[in-house]
Amino acid sequence: MSIGELFSLLLFDYTLRTVALGTAALGAVAGALGCFAVLRRQSLLGDAIAHAALPGIGLAFLLTGSRATPVLVLGAALAGWIGTLFVLWIVRSSRIREDAALGIVLSVFFGVGLVILTFVQRRPTAAQAGLETFLFGQAATLLLRDVLLIASLGGAALVVLALFWKEFKLLSFDPEFGASVGLPVTRVDLLLTSLLVVAIVIGLQAVGVVLISALVVAPAAAARQWTDSLSVMVVLAGFLGALAGVAGSMVSSLGGGIPTGPTIVLVASLAVIISLCFAPRRGLMAGFLRERGTRRRLRVDAVLADLYALAAQHGEATSHAHPVAVLRAMQERRGGLERSLEALESRGLAREVRPGEWCLTKAGVERARTLFLPEVAP
Amino acid sequence: MTETAIEVNDLTVAYHERPVLWDVDLRVRPGALTAIVGPNGAGKTTLIKAILGLVSPAAGQIRVLGRSYREARSEVAYVPQRGSVDWDFPTSVLDVVLMGTYGSLGWIRRPGKREESRAREALEKVGMEAFAHRQISQLSGGQQQRVFLARALVQDARVYLMDEPFQGVDARTERAIVDVLRELRERGDTVVAVHHALQTVPEYFDDAVILNVRRIASGPVGEVFTEENLRVAYGGRVPFLQGVAGGASAARDSPPPPESPVDRRARPEAT
Repeated sequence: MSIGELFSLLLFDYTLRTVALGTAALGAVAGALGCFAVLRRQSLLGDAIAHAALPGIGLAFLLTGSRATPVLVLGAALAGWIGTLFVLWIVRSSRIREDAALGIVLSVFFGVGLVILTFVQRRPTAAQAGLETFLFGQAATLLLRDVLLIASLGGAALVVLALFWKEFKLLSFDPEFGASVGLPVTRVDLLLTSLLVVAIVIGLQAVGVVLISALVVAPAAAARQWTDSLSVMVVLAGFLGALAGVAGSMVSSLGGGIPTGPTIVLVASLAVIISLCFAPRRGLMAGFLRERGTRRRLRVDAVLADLYALAAQHGEATSHAHPVAVLRAMQERRGGLERSLEALESRGLAREVRPGEWCLTKAGVERARTLFLPEVAP
Repeated sequence: MTETAIEVNDLTVAYHERPVLWDVDLRVRPGALTAIVGPNGAGKTTLIKAILGLVSPAAGQIRVLGRSYREARSEVAYVPQRGSVDWDFPTSVLDVVLMGTYGSLGWIRRPGKREESRAREALEKVGMEAFAHRQISQLSGGQQQRVFLARALVQDARVYLMDEPFQGVDARTERAIVDVLRELRERGDTVVAVHHALQTVPEYFDDAVILNVRRIASGPVGEVFTEENLRVAYGGRVPFLQGVAGGASAARDSPPPPESPVDRRARPEAT
């Protein structure tokens, strides 16, 4: 199948279009809200919420007998929310640190969830079929009404995020200062966490309990590499999350039974890898180039210093040329001598008097003086 | 004006059964620069945080400008320790300073033109106006400290609580902070700052609180900044003691001056 065919499928194939819309919406919401989790060093929180939501899905089904998405999402949200309250409570009332508290809540709730799901599956009714798909998600089961639910809940979460933008920003950057100016830190924290709960539970059906946290962390981590502004970061992470949703849905629709959820996560992870490597300023590549530039500059300065030292023996004369071999002897184990000399020449600091023989220009002597004899400089 | 800017009575704070502050009484003179000094773990930061209501005391009362902190909040500004935040947070210098206006803005409302011009004014006062749009991770330690100070100035308060504003800053920043402190005093504002460098206490501050879990002494620097008090606080090993407390006790032996030596030196500069 060609790329063109794939895109026409995206536009005209009802199932693919529905799945892509749904995963794009949840990717955007998870990506945007994930920024705050990542910046507050709470990347594990998404994972804990997702795992804590599992018993809620099972219990909601047991209590209502319905497997309608809104019912299960509500159950998941309540359980996920209770899980995060547990985390807050453990951190406050004991000496257990947040990471350990997250781990405890994650595993305990997940264990309980698995027990409930196993119990549900053993019951002789047919209606329970498919609950276990919440473990790894099954985007193909998304119906238009599920997509509408995802979009409306996610949209509401984004509206609240926009309304309390300033409060969330202050909470994330400097909560103690926030408290000193009257910000009710605990309540704002709870609100922000609740939004994250919403972002996660709307993604459980498509991506699953196990992988959804990747969709919270990955777009935010990728977006952080490209910008130093919180608002740009949130918008970019939302965009990357949506892109991962669409791309993942398209790839998995190629057939061969490629699951959608994991594909979405793989696409998001790819965005992280690309960003880590190639982002300007923060990327590994930029760091490597910067370091190489610095090294090269230092090497040029060293050659300048040597030429100056030689010139100084001749009363800072700008006519006495020195062979490259001499410079090479002074530059033991330092490569790139020719390139450094050319760099000096192009900056008008040195000139090649005869082939293979160099001396400083007037400007070069001046430059060397200011660089290496700061006390003489005017 | 109230007689005391900050009044602390019988304050005891404990972290996990270990008392960090024990039965501390304190009166901070309004319109003065007060230093809180003491060894590591003396509870200096905790005292500041208790006044701000950031830690809940096991016992004791705190009044700020004669009211509870909650009631006086809009007239109190806070400069936390520089290391208490992540300076790699994606935001600009101007944005951080604008956070000083959040308290007066209230819920949901965003800072506008008026707040922005106040933030720029504050940046100018600390010599950072050229850095308004700089990303905060690109600042030096001293510049970070001046940004925090600017954020407090935007709060337009009457009482300023600062946690180690001079910690690890360059000479230029130190001068800028001292200038700001003197300007605040000129306006009649009160400043309480945790301070580490004992040798600059007599030069920069009017009053001092010497603390080591308990309050060892508090009052005008010339009276309380003595070798004896510092020895009690620091347990015999006093850093930078030579020529500091000695000068202060000499001042105490001479006929009592109407003001502390700092006031007399600061005044001609300010006018």
